[in-house]
Parts: sequence; structure tokens; C-alpha cells
Amino acid sequence: MAEIKPRISVEYAEKATIVSFTDEKILEERDIKALQDSIMSVVEQTKRIKLILDFGNVQFLSSAVLGLLIRLSKRIYEHDGQLKLCNINPKIFEIFKITRLTKTFDIYKDVESAVEDLSQAN
Amino acid sequence: MVSKAPINSSIVVESRPSAIEKVCKQILSKLKANGFDKDDIFAVHLALEEAFLNAVKHGNKMDPTKEVKIDYSVGLDKVEISMTDEGEGFEPEAVADPRYGEGLYKPGGRGLLLINSYMDMVKFNERGNGLYMVRYKEKPPLTKRADQTKV
Repeated sequence: MAEIKPRISVEYAEKATIVSFTDEKILEERDIKALQDSIMSVVEQTKRIKLILDFGNVQFLSSAVLGLLIRLSKRIYEHDGQLKLCNINPKIFEIFKITRLTKTFDIYKDVESAVEDLSQAN
Repeated sequence: MVSKAPINSSIVVESRPSAIEKVCKQILSKLKANGFDKDDIFAVHLALEEAFLNAVKHGNKMDPTKEVKIDYSVGLDKVEISMTDEGEGFEPEAVADPRYGEGLYKPGGRGLLLINSYMDMVKFNERGNGLYMVRYKEKPPLTKRADQTKV
């Protein structure tokens, strides 16, 4: 029987909203569109959101996901929010390095260090 | 089982982004059987996904009546893949580098950069609707190789 998995899980911490990707592979355009809709709705619900995206489960992604992250960060910054990425495995981090997106995104080792940084900033 | 002779196959698939999935499964399982490591498999998988999405979106413009032809050969030391769409083609040199200037903030335009980064050789045909790419099997680390060549 096919397992129906949620694409993200959302956790509301004191200082931040933590969204974790639940899938190992994020590839298909319709999946990415669904992901974008889900995360955007979380972003719209919170004023000046401090969003942490947890990539801990993600083993593979395509450049279409990078596009999603860029659209998402634009929306968040337009609303005076903040976006942090964390838990990115070395192979995926390599994709961020090659595309120089390490320059545009705040990337942290784990959720704790991202939360800590948000706490210090306030 | 390791294949001694390169595996030559040809597949024609419809212009639907998810159609690459079965092609990936086929090619990646052959890479695994021929001893390519995880880095090689990750690289070829990414290049296949990116090349196919470009072929379907930019080449065939999502036209369901058009197809993408994929030829591949998996040897013991390298994998060669050709992908041809039915589009008008493009000039790869004219694609802006997404790593600099405004490109860094655009949602798209990174597929070609990733293909070039993860494959050892990438060539386009004259029309620009066909791509040929090669990845050589990951070599052992330099230190090991140096040890092996010691007399």
C-alpha cells in the first residue's frame, strides 16, 4: 500500500518556527509546488516570521528546490522576517557551494545553533 | 553482476518531468552493478534530472506530443549519456552565469551549471537540442594512488 507522507512538519518554538522536510528526495515539480504552497501558508500566518528550515531528512534535491528557497526567502524578507537553513548533508551542501547560494542563505549546522543565533540577535 | 562490455541502451520518453524517474532507476542500477560509488551515482542522478527538466521545459516546452531520446552506455570506468529533445535548441554560451550579479537571486538557471559541475565532460550538438555528457568513475584518493605507484 502506498504510504502517504506529509511533505513538511512544523514545530513552533519560542523564538522560531521550525519547518522540517520529511521526504528524502525532493524532485518532482508538483511536489515542489506543493511544498512551496505549504511553507508559504506557514509564512503568511506569522508576522515577521523567524523560519528555520531543517534539511535533516533530505538526501537528494534538484535545482528546482533552490528556486523554491529563493522565492521563499524573498517573501520572508519582504515581510521583515528571517530565514535560516540547517542540517544540510555534505552532498547537498556541495550543491549550495557550487551555486554560491552559501553567500545568500544563512546556513547552520543544526536546529539548535540556528535557534541560538536567532535568540542572540534579539 | 559486473558488465564487462559497456551497456548500450536507448530510451524514448514523453515530455513529462516525472518520466525521468524510470530512466534514472535503470541507469543508476547499472552504475551500482559496475562498481561506481555513491558520489558518482549522486552526480549522474543530479545531471540526469537537471538535463531532463531542461529538455522538457525549455526544449520541448512541455509539449506532450514531443519526446526526449536518451542514449547511454555504462562501462567499467565511465558512463556516457546523450539526451536529445525536439526543441529548437539554444546556445549554452549565452546562458547567464547564475553565480554572479542578479543571477544569484533568480529562482532558475542553475541546471546547466550543476550539469557542468558534476559531469567530467559536457558537449552540446550544433543545434543546441542535444547534450552529451560523461562521468568517469571516481578515482581512489590521491594518497592511495601515490602508494600504489611507489616502486
